[in-house]
Amino acid sequence: MLAMESKRGFLRFASGVRGLREFGIIVFILVLSVLIGIRNPRFLTWGNIHDMLVDTAALLVVAVGMMLVLVTGGIDLSAESVLALTGMVTGIIIKDHPYLSPLLMLVFGLCFGGLLGSITGLVVSRGRVLPIIATLSMMYIYRGITFIVSKGEWIDAHEMPESFKALATGRVLGFSNLIVIALVVYVVFYYFTAHTRTGREIYAVGSNLEAARIIGINTAFITWLVYMISGALSGLGGVMWVARYASAQNDTAAGFVLTVVAACVLGGVSISGGAGTIPGVLLGSITIGIINNALPMIRVSPFWKMALQGIIILVAALVNVAVARNIERTQLRKREELRMVRYGA
Amino acid sequence: MRKVLLVLCLVVLVSLALVSGVWAKGYTIGMLVKNVGNPFFEACARGGQEACEELGNNFIFQGPATPTVEGQIEIIENFIAQKVDAICVSANDFDALVPVLKKAMASGIKVISFDSAVNPEGRLVHVNQADAEQIGKLQVQAIAEMIGYEGEIAILSAAATMTNQNTWIRYMQEELKDPKYAKMRLAAIVYGDDLRDKSYNEAMGLFKSYPNLKGIISPTTVGVSAAAKAITDAGLIGKVKLTGLGLPSEMAEWVKNGACEAFFLWNPVDLGYLAAYVAGLLCEGTITGKEGETFKAGRLGEYTIRKSGDGGTEVLLGPPFRFDATNIDEWKDVF
Repeated sequence: MLAMESKRGFLRFASGVRGLREFGIIVFILVLSVLIGIRNPRFLTWGNIHDMLVDTAALLVVAVGMMLVLVTGGIDLSAESVLALTGMVTGIIIKDHPYLSPLLMLVFGLCFGGLLGSITGLVVSRGRVLPIIATLSMMYIYRGITFIVSKGEWIDAHEMPESFKALATGRVLGFSNLIVIALVVYVVFYYFTAHTRTGREIYAVGSNLEAARIIGINTAFITWLVYMISGALSGLGGVMWVARYASAQNDTAAGFVLTVVAACVLGGVSISGGAGTIPGVLLGSITIGIINNALPMIRVSPFWKMALQGIIILVAALVNVAVARNIERTQLRKREELRMVRYGA
Repeated sequence: MRKVLLVLCLVVLVSLALVSGVWAKGYTIGMLVKNVGNPFFEACARGGQEACEELGNNFIFQGPATPTVEGQIEIIENFIAQKVDAICVSANDFDALVPVLKKAMASGIKVISFDSAVNPEGRLVHVNQADAEQIGKLQVQAIAEMIGYEGEIAILSAAATMTNQNTWIRYMQEELKDPKYAKMRLAAIVYGDDLRDKSYNEAMGLFKSYPNLKGIISPTTVGVSAAAKAITDAGLIGKVKLTGLGLPSEMAEWVKNGACEAFFLWNPVDLGYLAAYVAGLLCEGTITGKEGETFKAGRLGEYTIRKSGDGGTEVLLGPPFRFDATNIDEWKDVF
């Protein structure tokens, strides 16, 4: 049985791809793209795919932080407010000091967001407040501070220097800077979650908190760390957002956190903790990006767009669940066959 | 410990009361806007404050964080509990606020709408920033001139439920029926919900769905500046023309780079001023909001209350103002 399979290299490769947790979402993305492409061929042009990735860059970055929090079994509702507050503070700084390097602003976004996130992290890890309550409170607090520091005013395009706006319009090797930033984040966090001790400890904490504590993992530190990272990446997303739209508003990204959670869940991250991968989040975010990019292009009534958005997300989730179940069943059967081959019936 | 807490509570309460000015003299006028943190409404608030100071009234400025009906209802309930004397509201929905506003009027509060109207049942009078017909026509005329009376155009609006947006769009469609626009076609009406990312995406979607698009009208401040940014990013400056209703501070960049040749707006400081002034006069009983009444609104001069298109009465601020490369610099720092 095993020998036969090893001869069919291609088949094994195919079944290997099918065995991936992310298989369902990959199929869904392909089918969705073809359907939209039939409706409007411009959707499948490189120019549009690039636009779509640029628009999704902030979501991609923020979703990584959200994933880490979700993996520990928490949730970070404050991500959108951290994004808005960091964006606003960045806008104010760049308005008053237009000579500052945009690269420095990116680093500032990471640090400032990380500071906000670490406060949230302390409330959750040391204060032992339930994540949903703690981050809901911080969501309001940070949004309120956004209004306070901006005094209700917006930072407009003409108040930002060209160099800062070029952060979003500039390109490296044909790719927008924003895509490059997102790519760097994904490479770093792929390595972090898959190959470092601390990264693996995050999964341990999410799978079984008590067990993690008993084997000597500093669970309070890990909990604090994921909120700090989520804050830092939201802050980075804030700088990207403000540069992208050349405008810092108080209501920037209001309601964005639901999109971020949706992207994670579509990518196979478990809300109850313990499971979730960086490639999954990448695919989940791209699915959301495709929906946002395609809806204005398919020429349907605006009143249908909203319902359609919900339907697409629902179908994606259903496909995901169905495929995951299928995979589990196949793997179970394989294990059973293996057992029979080894030990007989 | 308990005593300390009690004292602390008292101090907080007293200072709150002092800050909110409930015990000061004059009428208390509450201005409720679609959402706070929007520079347009911040400018309205400056005008409202000014009018209230002139009349010796107190001014409260409030709005929900996001433009929702629920948020506005909550604030109106608060206003009723606070026993304000008048409410000036820019409504997020034409009908949804009527029950709670009726409740306010029943408790003796003078209710007027401004900027975005509520159903006449829920108000005494509406302070209209400009004639809806005039606003709709002006924007169509402007875009027609820019594109040479020929080609596809699209409208990028805010939310599909917003009263003022829909009325303007209706008048735009009326105006387009004129034979001189025979070679122009309204290809699409899309909604960006006054969210920057969504408006931007909708504008980008327009370029991709309608490759022959010549012009966009966006009668909303977030929409028009997001569309200008989209035109700039897509490299379509000069190919797709843009006009609409915008804020000079936000549009300065896009007028200078050519993405938007001209746009319109009334003066929001004057609008807030007139609304708060009318509310003050209603409290004094100088006017009642009936058709034909005349009054003098401080520095803005004489006004007459007239019948409005929705069956109620209104006060008209004046014609919209055109902003373009010749005057954007003097206005961009004003609002």
